[in-house]
Amino acid sequence: MELKVEKLDNAVVVSPTGDIDLSCSRDFQQWLKKSLESRPPRLIVDLANVPYMDSSGVATLVEAMQIARRQSTKLVLSGLQPKVRSIFEIARLDRVFTLAADLNQAQAI
Amino acid sequence: MPNTAAGPQTGGALAAIPATPPHLRIEMLSQARYLSGARELVSAVCKRFGFDDGACGQIALAVDEALCNVIRHGYDKRADGRIWVSIWPVAAAEAAALRGGSGPGGVGLSLRPDEEPAGVRIVIDDQARQVDPESIKGRALEDIRPGGLGVFIIRQVMDHARFEKRAEGGMRLVMAKLLNNAAAASDPSRPGSEGPHAPPHAPNASPDRKG
Repeated sequence: MELKVEKLDNAVVVSPTGDIDLSCSRDFQQWLKKSLESRPPRLIVDLANVPYMDSSGVATLVEAMQIARRQSTKLVLSGLQPKVRSIFEIARLDRVFTLAADLNQAQAI
Repeated sequence: MPNTAAGPQTGGALAAIPATPPHLRIEMLSQARYLSGARELVSAVCKRFGFDDGACGQIALAVDEALCNVIRHGYDKRADGRIWVSIWPVAAAEAAALRGGSGPGGVGLSLRPDEEPAGVRIVIDDQARQVDPESIKGRALEDIRPGGLGVFIIRQVMDHARFEKRAEGGMRLVMAKLLNNAAAASDPSRPGSEGPHAPPHAPNASPDRKG
């Protein structure tokens, strides 16, 4: 997994590329925590280039969501591919996270 | 914690081990770097068995979650543990018997060379720490916290999933999923499908002892 972090005016955008599974979920966790440290008003995790995610990746996002809520950062997930959306639906977490079709929508929600 | 993660069924005949050797078996170390390879292999085999892309992805996800649990909890992230993934097709007559509620009589019916599978049975064996199978439960969905989703996903995605202790040490997970059209494709009159079969046993229950 590769990961890019971009700071916008009112948001931080984290864009991982590649599968997120147990082999890299800890790195993903560290990047999300680091991105939340500055308490941005909005954290967008753009998953457009993530073809697969298992529950270790989902757990990392749940943890990030809990941190974000505590510090009033709005966490938005964007661009979920079918397999990634599927795990959120199976776990019924699609009702818990704010999901956006793409990065533009994620900035506007 | 209550198990709210139950799928349609968590045991039953589909969770039995066929008497015939697996059609495919891989052996891997308990290292997360091999998860993607295992997923791709399982997905590709399920595709050939007739599952659509969505189902292939979900079955591969269930296998991934099971392997993660073995690596993290069974072997406590030890990198030198052994894990075996064995795959059998489910024959149409067996699927029909199971769907018709006629019990486990058809478990392990071998597939004719020209017959299309009606489902897949996947068995994951390890030599890791044994735990009470009854204690392996998914978390409640309303309990939104990191972790604990793997078993829930396995039971949600597969038609059958059963954990058990292996007599040789370690744990075993038997999972199965039938194709949606398996009943329609079944042919109960096929040779070998009639009459009761001997209870299945597991001559391959010790993959560590096999070559």
